[in-house]
Formats: sequence, structure tokens, C-alpha cells
Amino acid sequence: MTFLDVKNVTHHFFKEQQVATALENVNFSVGAGEFVSFLGPSGCGKSTLLSLLAGLLTPTAGEIQFAGDVEIGYMLQQDFLFPWKTIEENVALGLTLLKRENHDIVDELLEQFELAHTKKLYPPQLSGGMRQRIALARTLAVKPTLLLLDEPFSALDFRSKLSLENFVSETLKQFSTTTILVTHDISEAIAMSDKVFIFSARPGTILKSFIIPQEIRELTPFDARNAPAFQVLFQEIWEELDTDEY
Amino acid sequence: MNIDQLQQQYNEQRRQEKRKIFAFQFVILIGLLLLWEVTTHFRILDPLIFSSPRAVGSMFIAKISDGSLFPHIAITMFETVVGFILGTLFGTLLAISLWSSKTFADVMDPYLVVLNAMPKVAIGPIILVIFGPNMLAVLVMGVLISVIISTLVIFSAFQQVNENYVKVMQLFGASKYETFRHVILPASTPTIISTLKVNVGLSWVGVIVGEFLVSSSGLGYLIISGFQVFNFTLVFLALLIIIVLATIMYKGVEMIERKVLEKQ
Repeated sequence: MTFLDVKNVTHHFFKEQQVATALENVNFSVGAGEFVSFLGPSGCGKSTLLSLLAGLLTPTAGEIQFAGDVEIGYMLQQDFLFPWKTIEENVALGLTLLKRENHDIVDELLEQFELAHTKKLYPPQLSGGMRQRIALARTLAVKPTLLLLDEPFSALDFRSKLSLENFVSETLKQFSTTTILVTHDISEAIAMSDKVFIFSARPGTILKSFIIPQEIRELTPFDARNAPAFQVLFQEIWEELDTDEY
Repeated sequence: MNIDQLQQQYNEQRRQEKRKIFAFQFVILIGLLLLWEVTTHFRILDPLIFSSPRAVGSMFIAKISDGSLFPHIAITMFETVVGFILGTLFGTLLAISLWSSKTFADVMDPYLVVLNAMPKVAIGPIILVIFGPNMLAVLVMGVLISVIISTLVIFSAFQQVNENYVKVMQLFGASKYETFRHVILPASTPTIISTLKVNVGLSWVGVIVGEFLVSSSGLGYLIISGFQVFNFTLVFLALLIIIVLATIMYKGVEMIERKVLEKQ
């Protein structure tokens, strides 16, 4: 079942001196419950694509169609938790704004994320990995049907990054949320996704797509990295990006 | 030597250091007062102009006992506190209105630049004519002197809030008011508090100048009336009281600042 359909989307940024084309003729669709990744060099318009999907920007041309109502969850490169609010208040932020105050959801999430003890603390008192998990809890609290991840692991050290990948992958399987991840890390894209789209340098457009084999999908992101099929796919994607002067 | 002893030794050293600093500070104060007393006593400095600590002290006691000093202190304190609170409040409100509409902010920009550059005390006489020679004119002076600079500083703090915090709010579909309440205001609170500290000083300037002009009551009035009859003991008395009160107010705001920032 198709959840999201993106047709011929093109986006320009207008400045006084020039017009920059961020995206050109982007076409793809995502099935319900699928995890897809966009892989490409930095500045290729991946984040612009997420902003368009989140409705923060309107494309200059093309169409973005959702099957039915959609509640969007967006996770940024850094946690951007509000340092003046407690962890509990931060997680409840979306619910507060949507006037759906429900502290059970917040408690459940914190319990599930094994961070219940941090409830009354403030963000600067937590480690980077913990903070990013809290940011995920804040995003999931409003029960999004589409989750957009904008390089959410890129600001973490390698160990936190790997354990958070496992954690996110496991959590999203439980919630069966449709997810779009944007990254420049090939391993991460293969280890986490069902499908990978290769993006060209600016103006961004989809060059190729890869379906991740079932044997990799079944593994956690950490174990997937050691699967034999992983290396093969990594090589293939590496060469594809190389021809695009990645 | 164990760790506890070393720790005690360290603390003892710190205490001694502090005591030493305080002793120096105290000696300088006594020295200055003595110097003032001696130079005026032996007429190295003219006591008619420079008065003397003893004259100021005895005038202070006389004016406290006959109750003629207190009303002036109370009036000036009241004007300064009100001027400083209103100046900060109006400044914050103006900054909010600039933040809420980019068009309004762009339109107002040159006017704010001019108003900020203008020396506010220069329009004192006009204020006196508009509001009459009463407390209102002094209050307007006290507010006017701090309101524009508060507006500019607080508005620029609003603009410097990390745009990603605002993005988080937009992604949850927050209204402008909600963004202000949950992000802009708490993120700018430290700046608003430090504006408060600057405004304490500015309000004293505004109020004293206002009292010079209105010339009916308050510590500023005591200075101007003492000057007119060449009673410089009175001028120094008023001046010393202003110094003490202004310092207390500044320290008070500093304490509030520490409390608020601790909470964050």
C-alpha cells in the first residue's frame, strides 16, 4: 500500500542575486510501514526534501501526496531539547502544543526508553546519546504516522551512534512507523533501511534505488554490518556514488 | 598529611586571603574619609565647597531626628523603582511587538536608531512643560531614559534565539504566541535580567535629572537646592545617600538574577 507519493518535485531557493535549484524532478513513493533512506553528499538537498515533506516549505513545482491524514514527526541532527524545561516537559512538548496532554504516554515512553529516572532532570545533565533518545521520545509522543530523520546520529560519537541505531530500529519496528532517513553514511543507510535512494549532488535528484535484501533487514543495524551480503551491497553503492564524484 | 588536613589548610588560606582583601578595602575607605576630614579641617580644601565628613554626619543625624530627610529618600526611591520597572516592562513589550511583526520592526528601525542616539535628558524641559512640575514628569524621565535601550537589547536577544528551537516548535504546528511563550521568552530571560541591571543605573540618572528640573522634592532636589544656597554639606549628604541606595538596588537585582539563572 502506498503511503506517500512524490511526483516531479522541484524546489528553488530565491535570493536577490541568484536562484538556487535544490531539488530537480524528484519522484518516489514509500509504502506504509517502510523504512527508506536517502543517501547523498552534504548540501544535495536532502534536508530540503524533508522540509518539503514536513510542510515547512512548499515545492515550486510537483506534488506530494499522502494516503489519508498524516501526523509528522521530525528529528533533527541535534536534539535541540529546551534547556529551560525538564526532560518530562520536553517529551510532553508536542502533546502540550496539540492540546493532547497525556502524561501516561510520556511516562510509558520514558519507561520503555529506560530513561524514567531522568524525568525531573534538565537536558544539560544528560549525555549526548541520552539526549537524542529523549528527542526521539519527544517526536514519538505525538504518535506520528510518518517519521522524518535528518541525520539524527551524525552528531554522536561512534559507540553512541551504533547503540542508538539499534535502539531506533527496534523501537520503530514496534511502532511500525513509516520512516524516511536522510544520511551521508552508507553503512547506516544499508543497516537500517528497506530501501535506499541515491541522491546526486545539487541540484538533488534520485540517481538510483537499492532494495535491501531480506537477510540484512532481519538483523539489527549492528549485526547487519557483519552480514556477508552487507559488504557486497556496500561496494555496489560505493561505486555508484563514486561515479557521481561523491 | 592526609587529604582532610590539606583541605582545611586550603580553606584557611582562602579565608585569610578574603580577610586581607576586606581589610584593605576598609582601610582605603577610612583613609579617604580621614583625608577628606583633615584636608578640609586645615583648609587645604575649601570646607565651604567640600564640606567635611563630620559636617555631613551631623547633618545626617539632625535631619533624621527631625524627620525631614526621610520623605525625600522615600520619594526618590519610589520614583527610581517605578521608573526602572516600567522602563524594563515597556521595553520588553515593545520588543515583543517588534518581534511579532517583521514589517513593524523594519518600519520602526530608523526611528529606534534616532531615539536611541538622542540624549534623553535633552528633552527634559519639554517633558516638564507637558506633564507639569510634579512626580509624573520625574517618572516619565526615569522611564524614557531606559526604555529604548531596553527595547533594542531585548529585541536583539529575541532574534538571536537558536532558530532550530523555533523549528522544533514549527514542526509541532505551534502558533507564534506558543513559540514566544515556550522558546523565545525563556531563552531570552538571562538577557532581560541583565538589562534590568543596566536599567537600575539609568533610572537613577533619569530620576535625579528629573528632580533637578521639577525641583520640588527628592534627593535630586536636595542637591539642586543645596547648590543654590551654597550649602554643600547638603549636596554631599544627598550624594552619599544616592550612592548607598543605588548600590543596594544593584545588588538586589544581582541577587534576583542569581536566583532566576539558578532555576534555569
